Amino acid sequence: MSLDKATVAKIAHLARIKVPDDELDHLAGELSQILTFVEQLGEVDTQDVPPMTSVAAQTLRRRKDEVTDGGYRDAVLSNGPETAEGFYVVPKVVE
Amino acid sequence: MSYIQGETGDWEIVIGLEVHAQVISNAKLFSGAATAFGAEPNSQVSFVDAAFPGMLPVINEHCIEQAVRTGLGLKAQINLHSVFDRKNYFYADLPQGYQISQYLQPIVGKGEIVLDLPDGSSRTVGVTRLHLEQDAGKSLHDQHPAKTYIDLNRSGVALMEIVSEPDMRTAEEAGAYVRKLRSILRYLGTCDGNMEEGSMRCDVNVSVRKPGAPFGTRCEIKNVNSIRFVMQAIEYEARRQIEIIEEGGKIDQETRLWDTTKFVTRSMRSKEEAHDYRYFPDPDLLPLELDADWVEDIKKTLPELPDDKKARFISEYKLSPYDANVLVSEKARADFYEAVAKGRDPKLAANWVTGELFGYLNKAGKEIEESPVSAENLGGLIDLIADNTISGRIAKEVFEAMFETGEKPADIVEKKGLRQVTDTGAIESSIDAVLAANADKVAEFRSGKDKLFGFFVGQVMKATQGKANPALVNEILMAKLKG
Repeated sequence: MSLDKATVAKIAHLARIKVPDDELDHLAGELSQILTFVEQLGEVDTQDVPPMTSVAAQTLRRRKDEVTDGGYRDAVLSNGPETAEGFYVVPKVVE
Repeated sequence: MSYIQGETGDWEIVIGLEVHAQVISNAKLFSGAATAFGAEPNSQVSFVDAAFPGMLPVINEHCIEQAVRTGLGLKAQINLHSVFDRKNYFYADLPQGYQISQYLQPIVGKGEIVLDLPDGSSRTVGVTRLHLEQDAGKSLHDQHPAKTYIDLNRSGVALMEIVSEPDMRTAEEAGAYVRKLRSILRYLGTCDGNMEEGSMRCDVNVSVRKPGAPFGTRCEIKNVNSIRFVMQAIEYEARRQIEIIEEGGKIDQETRLWDTTKFVTRSMRSKEEAHDYRYFPDPDLLPLELDADWVEDIKKTLPELPDDKKARFISEYKLSPYDANVLVSEKARADFYEAVAKGRDPKLAANWVTGELFGYLNKAGKEIEESPVSAENLGGLIDLIADNTISGRIAKEVFEAMFETGEKPADIVEKKGLRQVTDTGAIESSIDAVLAANADKVAEFRSGKDKLFGFFVGQVMKATQGKANPALVNEILMAKLKG
């Protein structure tokens, strides 16, 4: 499968990665190669094979409904570029 | 069917609803942080909820149970195998950059909700699915002129998204759907249904078509937070779409907002390109496998739900569908009614509960749980009417005092001397006095002016301060007048 420039630009935008126009062709080539590589898996007939969700036979681990975490606001906020009055502060995002 | 009249004839509205209902649980869906409403900002946030690198989600088993319980309450198919997916988008209150949700394989499949309409009729609306997902954080836009403040306390709280079929045709039906769904969730104890606090939020899909035509293009009105707004937004949006089509335009499928101050819907353009969510199964979470026996065990613990209770009230107490609806809409109301009706005339009990009590509560802005009149005391009042201690008219006066003071009805009757006069001698002497004072009217009555009977009854009741037994007054008065 080969991706065109426009699709690559769209993917980059959805991922919020800034890609200059002159790099789009190169990236399109690289991404297309990756897709082609992965597409080889399509050669295997998996018609009646259920998807494998885990290598080991295990089930989803569950937790009791108990409050065991949180309550460390300063630690949570410590990586925020800007904070005030216990909030994260970001540029205005409003409709 | 009720249609909207346009320039070019009748139009039909088609409505589907997506309700986000916050699950009642102590901890969040995938972390051990608390869910309580109104806490200090960012005080109930774990590193999982703030999406710190390397943190892994572990599912809260109670949230699974709550979703299954809700599914069973909606008479829906429970999927023993379901899958969590990532829904990818960027927003400041979504630290992961994706929401863990369920896409192609939700935990609950098709179900139904029976709407109770104001005229007493019912209508069934299909539920497409219910899935579990994480709530996002909260953005506060009014704290600073150029900045948005973010509180992640809500980030990761479990939500049930309940999606209806496009089965509704009027704003009233949509309102009835939200009301009924809220009532069922409250009966089940899976969501508190508090729309003001945002624990229940509504996305409304609206399109219009000529009756019998295929579905038109729909618009989605996001995050409507009251039943009244849901209905207003539908009315507005339907007229907007009809106007565009009739002027030769075309509806763009888009996301809109209900403006609660201008009473219009308006476009949220920025949401459009974000619609490419690129769902894929969350590699941090295995599929959710449920045990059929476990589901059966939950089913056994379901309470009697509003529809069953309504049917029982109609058959057991011979109530009208309307009264039954009013009583079962909230479990506390139904319980109160049953306590009053026990061993008493159920119809009379219903009249007192839905009439006087609900009227007074409404006026006082109180919930049934805060009623100053207990079920026991209201029952006591009805007993006093039944054994002729007081008349129905006096009972209303006693009720008013009960509502004000919370006292027992018998005490009020004694204190105020409201006991009904059933002593024929006393009633006779009152009647004699009234007749003597109105000799002219007595003569008129006897010469054929029957209508004056009411006048005499009124005078006697006045003389006895309303305490005379009305049946006895009628009987003795008639005998004396004819005498």
